[in-house]
Amino acid sequence: MTNARTSACKTVTYLVLGFVGLFMLLPFFWMLATSLKPADEVFTSFDNPVKAFVPRRVHTENYGQVYAATSAMGGGFARWYINSILVAVVVTLGQVTTSACAAYAFARLKFPGRDKLFLSYLGTMMIPGAVTMIPNFILMRKITEWLGATAPAVDWMQMRQVMLFGHVYDVGRLAGFDSYFALIVPVMFSAYGTFMLRQFFMSIPRDLEEAATIDGCGLFRIFTRIILPLSRPALATLIIFTFMGNWQSFYWPLIMVSQDSMKTLPLGLLTFMGLYSTQWTLLMAGSLMMIVPMIIVFVVGQKWFISGIQLGALKG
Amino acid sequence: MALSKKTRIAVAGYLFLLPNFVGFLVFTSIPVIVSLVLSFCKWDLFTPPKFVGVHNFTLLFHDADFWRYSLNTLFLMLAIPVNMMGSLFLAMVMNQKLRGIVVFRTIYFLPSIVAGVGTYLLWKWMFNPDYGMINTIITHWSPGWFYDAMRRLCGEWPPRRLQSMGWAKPALMLMGFWTTVGGYNMILYLAALQGVPLDLYEAADIDGANRWQKFWRITWPMVSPTTFFIFTMSLIGGFQGGFEQAIVMTGGGPAGATTTISYYIYNHAFQWNHMGYAAAIAWVLFAAVFTATLLNWRFGGRVVHY
Repeated sequence: MTNARTSACKTVTYLVLGFVGLFMLLPFFWMLATSLKPADEVFTSFDNPVKAFVPRRVHTENYGQVYAATSAMGGGFARWYINSILVAVVVTLGQVTTSACAAYAFARLKFPGRDKLFLSYLGTMMIPGAVTMIPNFILMRKITEWLGATAPAVDWMQMRQVMLFGHVYDVGRLAGFDSYFALIVPVMFSAYGTFMLRQFFMSIPRDLEEAATIDGCGLFRIFTRIILPLSRPALATLIIFTFMGNWQSFYWPLIMVSQDSMKTLPLGLLTFMGLYSTQWTLLMAGSLMMIVPMIIVFVVGQKWFISGIQLGALKG
Repeated sequence: MALSKKTRIAVAGYLFLLPNFVGFLVFTSIPVIVSLVLSFCKWDLFTPPKFVGVHNFTLLFHDADFWRYSLNTLFLMLAIPVNMMGSLFLAMVMNQKLRGIVVFRTIYFLPSIVAGVGTYLLWKWMFNPDYGMINTIITHWSPGWFYDAMRRLCGEWPPRRLQSMGWAKPALMLMGFWTTVGGYNMILYLAALQGVPLDLYEAADIDGANRWQKFWRITWPMVSPTTFFIFTMSLIGGFQGGFEQAIVMTGGGPAGATTTISYYIYNHAFQWNHMGYAAAIAWVLFAAVFTATLLNWRFGGRVVHY
C-alpha cells in the first residue's frame, strides 16, 4: 500500500472515531449546558442549535438550589448521597467478603455435595430478578410481624431516630420496609461474585499453598495470606463492579423505601422529578451530581474494569 | 483431636461457605420455590392466599395486555443485533495501532458506566418535543425540502418522540444504542479481535482477498464465539429489560406503547397487589429466557467456530 493511501485511511479512521465520540459526548454537553442555565432559558427557541449548548450567563446557583429545594424532603440530596454511599459500601464489602470465602471453599476445599451446590449457584444466575423479588418483598413486609411475635419486647414497627452532632436524624425501622436492613442485607450475597472469584482462584497454582501447609500454615491463614493477596486484580474488579451496580441500584430500593430520608440517590432523583417535572435545569444538575462519582470511579479504576470484563467472558 | 485431615478440610469448607450459603438460601433458593408456589395462588397480601391451580396461567394466556407487552419487549429486542454490529464495527476501527485510541475508548465506554436513572432523565429531556436537543437540531439543521417532505409523509415533524405512539419505542432504542454500543460488548469484541492471528490476514493478502472477503471469511468466523456470548447475554437481559426506562421516562406509555413484561410484572406485584399473578408472569418470563437461551445454544452453536 502506498503511503498516501495509509494516511488517507488514517484520516478516515479518525473522522469516524471523532464523529462517534461526538455522538457519545453530545448528551453530556447538553446535560451540563442545561444545568448551568437560568430556569427560563431552557424554554426559549434558538435560531441556531449551537447557541442551545452555551448558556448566556453561567448560572451555577442551580446546584445549590437542588440541595435547597430538597432539604425539606427528609434531608434531601445530601442525605440521599450519604444513603447511597453507605448502602453501596456496605453491600460491596459484604458481597466481596462472603463471595471470597465461598469461592475459596468451592475452589480449594473438598466436601461432600460441593459440586452439586456449585451447580445450583450457577443455575440461579439465569433466573430473572423478578422471580425472587416478589417473595423477598413479601419477606420484608412480614418480617416485622414475625420478629414482633418472637421478640415482643422490641417495637419493630417504630421508626427510629439517632442523635448525631446535635442533630436528630431519621434512620428508619430496625428491619422491614424503610430500613437499612432491607436495603443492605438481601442484596449482600452474590452468586455471580462467588462464581467469578472461584474461577480466578482455580487459576492460582497450588505449589505455594502446599509449601505453606508443610510449614504448618492453617487453611484460614492460607486464605488470607496467599489466596487473597494473589487475587488482587480479580478482587479489585469485583469491588468496582459491585460498587457501581449498587450505586445505580433502583428496583429493590424502589419497592423497599417510601420515606424520603431513607431513599438512595436514584430514588431521590425520581422523587425530585415527580415534584419538579419541568424544572430541567435543576433535574440536570441533580443527575449530573449523581453520575459524577461514577465517572471518577471509572476513570480511576479503568484498568480493572477492562480486564474484568474480559476475565468474566473468557472464563465464563 | 481425633478428626482426620479429610474431615477437617470438609468442616472448614462448610464453614467458609456458610455465610454466603445462608444468604443464598434465604434470599435466592427459598424465594424461587415460594414464587413457584405463589404462581398457583391468588394473593392480595391482605387476605390469606388461596390455591387456584393453573388459573393464573390460563388467565395469562387470555390476557391481551400480556401479549401486547410481550410484543413490545420483543420489538425493543430488535435493537440487539444492531447494537452488536455497532460494537463490532467500533471494535474493528479501534483495533488499529493509532495514537489516542485509549481516549476514544474511555469516551465510548462512558455512557454504559453512567447508565441509570440519571441518564434516563437526561434522555427524557433530550427527547422533549419542543425544547429538547434532538428536535432542536432537527428543526434547525434539516433542509427545508426535507422538512416539508417529512411533514407530508409523517403528519407530524419533528416527531413528538416519547409522547408519540409510533416514535416512543425507536426513541428508547436510540438511547439503548448510545448506552451499549461502546460498552462491555465493544471491549469483548476488541479482545476477540486482538486474539485473531495476523498470519491469517497475511495469507489472505497473498491470495488477493479484498477487505469484504477478509471480514466474512476471517474476522467474522474468528469472533463468532464472542458474538454468541454477547447475543446470549443480550437476549437474557433483553427479555427482562425496559423497567427503569418505563418508570423514569414514559410511565409505560403512551397508551402502553413502552410497557414491557418486567414493567407489567412490577405493576401487578407492587402496584396492584396481585402477588400470585405477578409470580406467574415472572415464571413465564423465566421460561422464555430459558427457552431462548437453549435454542440459541442448540442452533447458534452450529455457526460458531472454535
